[in-house]
Amino acid sequence: MSFLKFESLKKEFGDFVAVGDMSLDVERGEFISLLGPSGCGKTTTLQMVAGLLQPTSGKIMLDGKDITNTPPNKRGLGIVFQSYALFPHMTATENVAFGLEMRGVGKADRMARAHAALEQVRLAQFADRYPKDMSGGQRQRVALARALVIEPPVLLLDEPLSNLDAKLREEMRIELRLLQQDIGVTTILVTHDQEEALSMSDRIVVMQRGEVSQIAAPLDLYERPTNTFVSDFVGKTNLLNGHVSAPNTVSVNGTTIDVDTASADVGSQVTLSVRPEKLRLCDDTTGQKVRIDAAIFLGSSWLYRVTGELGELFITQPNTGSAGYSKGDMAHVSWPAGSLTLFEDAVS
Amino acid sequence: MRRLGPVALIFHAVFVIFILAPLVMVIAVSFTDKGYLSLPTDGLSLRWFYAILDNPSFIDAFWMSVWLALISASIAVIIAIPAALAIARHKFPGRDFIAAFLLSPLMIPHLVLGVAFLQFYSQIGLGGSFYGLAAAHIVLVTPYALRLALSAATGLSIEAEQAALTLGANRFTVFRKITLPLILPGVAGGWLLSFITSFDELTMSVFVASPATQTLPVKMYNHITQTIDPLIASVSTVLIVLTFILMLILDRFYGLDKVFVGKG
Amino acid sequence: MSAASPRTTPYLLTAPGVLFFAALLGFPMVMTFVLSLHSYDFNTGIQSDWTLANYADVLGDSYFHKIFSRTFGLGLLVTLICVLIGVPEAYVLSRLSSGWRSVFLLVVLGPLLISVVVRTLGWALFFGGNGILTMTAQALGFSDEPVSLMFTFAGMTIALVHVLVPFMVISVWASLQKIDPQSEDAGLSLGATKFTVLRRITLPQAMPGILSGSIIVFALTASAFATPAIIGGRRMKVVATAAYDEYLSTLNWPLGATIAVLLLLANIVIILSFNKIIERRYAKVFE
Ligand SMILES: Nc1ncnc2c1ncn2[C@@H]1O[C@H](COP(=O)(O)OP(=O)(O)O)[C@@H](O)[C@H]1O
Ligand SMILES: [Mg+2]
Repeated sequence: MSFLKFESLKKEFGDFVAVGDMSLDVERGEFISLLGPSGCGKTTTLQMVAGLLQPTSGKIMLDGKDITNTPPNKRGLGIVFQSYALFPHMTATENVAFGLEMRGVGKADRMARAHAALEQVRLAQFADRYPKDMSGGQRQRVALARALVIEPPVLLLDEPLSNLDAKLREEMRIELRLLQQDIGVTTILVTHDQEEALSMSDRIVVMQRGEVSQIAAPLDLYERPTNTFVSDFVGKTNLLNGHVSAPNTVSVNGTTIDVDTASADVGSQVTLSVRPEKLRLCDDTTGQKVRIDAAIFLGSSWLYRVTGELGELFITQPNTGSAGYSKGDMAHVSWPAGSLTLFEDAVS
Repeated sequence: MRRLGPVALIFHAVFVIFILAPLVMVIAVSFTDKGYLSLPTDGLSLRWFYAILDNPSFIDAFWMSVWLALISASIAVIIAIPAALAIARHKFPGRDFIAAFLLSPLMIPHLVLGVAFLQFYSQIGLGGSFYGLAAAHIVLVTPYALRLALSAATGLSIEAEQAALTLGANRFTVFRKITLPLILPGVAGGWLLSFITSFDELTMSVFVASPATQTLPVKMYNHITQTIDPLIASVSTVLIVLTFILMLILDRFYGLDKVFVGKG
Repeated sequence: MSAASPRTTPYLLTAPGVLFFAALLGFPMVMTFVLSLHSYDFNTGIQSDWTLANYADVLGDSYFHKIFSRTFGLGLLVTLICVLIGVPEAYVLSRLSSGWRSVFLLVVLGPLLISVVVRTLGWALFFGGNGILTMTAQALGFSDEPVSLMFTFAGMTIALVHVLVPFMVISVWASLQKIDPQSEDAGLSLGATKFTVLRRITLPQAMPGILSGSIIVFALTASAFATPAIIGGRRMKVVATAAYDEYLSTLNWPLGATIAVLLLLANIVIILSFNKIIERRYAKVFE
């Protein structure tokens, strides 16, 4: 019996289907991410869980109880909004203590618990500051403390890190994940940042235009996407259009490639996906001949854009300390068996 | 910040003199020691300020205006807050119409409001009553209160309220602890602007006020149409000083330019 | 608030205002309009007939023509002067250091909060036969006679400009505030002179403020009562003072109501069409 369950959850705004028929089982203590491009219905889904939006149809079950019609103030879930939604007229402590006050916790007790919560997010010394006097990262942590102090059965996070600068965002990923594991709170994270989803989640729900595209653990999702959308959205990839010219052979721009064509019929249009880091560039003559169009040094790796008979490809190679290729060089590209994934859908 | 040239500064000085001249004139005349209109060339005297005390009708009119402004500004704010929240927060059929309706007195010349109320009250038997005058002033100042409440409510993110809701607050608590405190600066500015507008209003009140409900501007206007004497100057001086104090308060808490963008 | 908020909520929230306004604004306005359609008899008072005679009277009478055209001309002149002096002043204000700026904003805008009666009184003291104007003229030897601007068009114009120019300043000031100061620097960097920058970059961006300031000033001049009544008096009647006299002296309410309705219509037409122009020309560039 799962802890949190969506049954055919659906939300329409007029004719527009924001979330269509979503079903999901979340285990107790699990960290789930809803991942997808902007506008795909992630926030809508989260708001339905929070009770801030009423689903058009479907059910939400929490710990065996149907909460679909429970008002938000009776659900007791913890939410961190993308804008943090701190109360600007209250100090950090007052913000955190608000939920406790609503639960009738006495003043001394709730102040103590608010302080403890602020300590947990390492903000003890900012307890008396107003939101306007705090940095983005500090506000974010106040919002987190405010959501956690009420000891919610489920923590809902709507793009909580998207307003932070890059370095802080990476630190907070680790911090947030450790905190979540520490407390063991069931968490749903909404994000459009695939790295964020990959690095923090137990499982990821990839969404596209209101529909679930794939649900999988991060490594599975990355290594075994089930459609072109996921393979393109999660991580970077090269997508090649071709058709099955014979069993286990795909023809791309006239070049034949050996690949497991599985159930695809001979003659059908398919898409091949290959990650840039799975491709190898070398000077010998194994593989396809390509010309280097652009070479970009990224520190830990090189990123190349090359053109050959397959068309344009992106390739990353680890930085080994020696100079890489430069623009105009010729080289050969090859890949280990099994690094190509075949999709029977076209590039979307 | 680029510097201003001498032409610009001279223009500015002349403009400021133009703005202040009539006020300075009024204040100067009020300190005359003569029994007629003149500048206090032979020394300052407070005799015309003492004279106000001998004219209780000015003092009565002053308190009448204060009461009227307090009541109409307060009721206008009470009307404006829920309306502003509805208009800023909800999309509903008729929203634009309702907003335009509640703001419409801004487009109606006060004279037109005055004649409309005069006739309306005389027909329903409220002619010359304080209630009638107060109701007219509420209609007049509600748009000002509404405008400032609207801009406060529009700038308010709905998420803070949603957050409070999910933390267990009921709707009334959300309103009391989150919404109201957040729009309070706008509401307070609207109240003050409504108060001042009501307090200063002449054109409409001339039609609606009776001798028993004479407001200060009406009393002063009636006095001026009979005679312009140092007494009216000293009453005006008192008003200028009181307004100046109010203005400083308004500027301190709200920023005068913001208020007037609302007024214009 | 989305979730449990029923459709009726916004109507309940606006109901107090709407009901109050329907009873105390809608109703009186309709009654005034109805009154303007009744005729008036000097012996028996207001008749219960339906007629457009009052409109024919007002629109056909050269006395009213004069009053309406005087009011319209006054509105144009006051608006023009307010543009000519209010726009530069707003620009100067926007260029002052922030300390001086808040002082002078207070000086320029503050008078708006002071009763119109008081401000007009100040001018009446200047303009009166034994006022400063006479004293100055006599002292300088220009004239032995009392010089008076009371009951003159010029006097009304000066006093109204004084009363209304703060609206122009605030309106232009608000639009100058929105200008990105770097757009002026960009102009200079591209080789424009300061004057060209002012004319080609600053002024066009201030235009919406100038236009909306002009509507406000024009509309308020056209319906001004206190200043024309005190400075213009019976001799220099404008629409508002004429309607006042019909109501409170002549007691011809239907005729007064007709003038009021016409004033209201003119006001609304002018405001709405001006707004249209502003929206059409500037909505795309600004906001
Ligand atoms: N209240 C609403 N009315 C109409 N459309 C909405 C509303 N809220 C969201 N939508 C639409 O639903 C879609 C999903 O929105 P949202 O869940 O916010 O996306 P995201 O995945 O970026 O969080 C978007 O196309 C958005 O425009
Ligand atoms: Mg979103």
